[in-house]
Amino acid sequence: MAINIWKYASPQTFYPLAGKLAPWFLALAAVLAIAGLYLGLLVAPPDFQQGNAYRIIFIHVAAAWMSMFIYLVMAFWCAVGFAMNTRLSFMMALALAPTGALFTFIALWTGALWGKPTWGAWWVWDARITSELILLFLYIGFLSLHAAIEDVRRADRAAALLALVGAINVPIIYYSVKWWNTLHQGASVSITRAPSMASTMLMAMLIMSLAAWMYAIGASLLRVRIIIAEREQGAQWLEAGALP
Amino acid sequence: MSWNSASEFFAMGGYAFYVWGSYAVAAVCIAGELWWLLHRTRTLRARAGLNAEQSMRQP
Repeated sequence: MAINIWKYASPQTFYPLAGKLAPWFLALAAVLAIAGLYLGLLVAPPDFQQGNAYRIIFIHVAAAWMSMFIYLVMAFWCAVGFAMNTRLSFMMALALAPTGALFTFIALWTGALWGKPTWGAWWVWDARITSELILLFLYIGFLSLHAAIEDVRRADRAAALLALVGAINVPIIYYSVKWWNTLHQGASVSITRAPSMASTMLMAMLIMSLAAWMYAIGASLLRVRIIIAEREQGAQWLEAGALP
Repeated sequence: MSWNSASEFFAMGGYAFYVWGSYAVAAVCIAGELWWLLHRTRTLRARAGLNAEQSMRQP
């Protein structure tokens, strides 16, 4: 029997599913984070050039990857919302934005704390760093625009349009280190060639990224439930004791 | 294991401020987001409980 995925496109059926899944994703994130931190902070050797300062990488890269990935997922849901006119898609986009903004902030913050001991500067107007800052502004702009429009369905569409236009920034961030001469180093991990780092470091970085990914899913599922509950206030299925 | 003692671990080879400053802020951000999500969920649940009571009282 085929599972009808469209069934879960309705807030009413997705709400309990999200509630069931969220704790599992958060628990998985916690387990992965513990494993990743153990490997990264305790087992991995110091870097031959940067000593122990490089250990910032385990949050910096995970947060930076997630900041871009969450934006793409958010833009994807906005596109689905426009194409299919599904309310839940816009709610998903809105639920992802704060977590995306959080990861962008963490990436910038850890970048500054890493830049100071290695480059001698907290901040430089380098293409990679500037485009990542623009990403933070896009997230904040998306949320502010949504909050500024009272009619929820209009707010959904206006913010979604902003998110879709802003998606052009993601490949710019990603390729900035290739396109321009940046102080920020190039990619250490890519699909087309072998990674240029020690295997324990790489493993810890990948596990931490997976933890960030699972956390992002868990947190946005919790948030989408809150958004559904707020929007459907007074709806019978919510009154019937199915609440958070 | 890459360390000989706990104090060596916390010192991070002289980079303690930068390394722990990064980890601490990330941890605070994530803990803060989770707290905020649970707080909002609890508020909604309390409000829903009130609504249910009211609708029972005045049918």
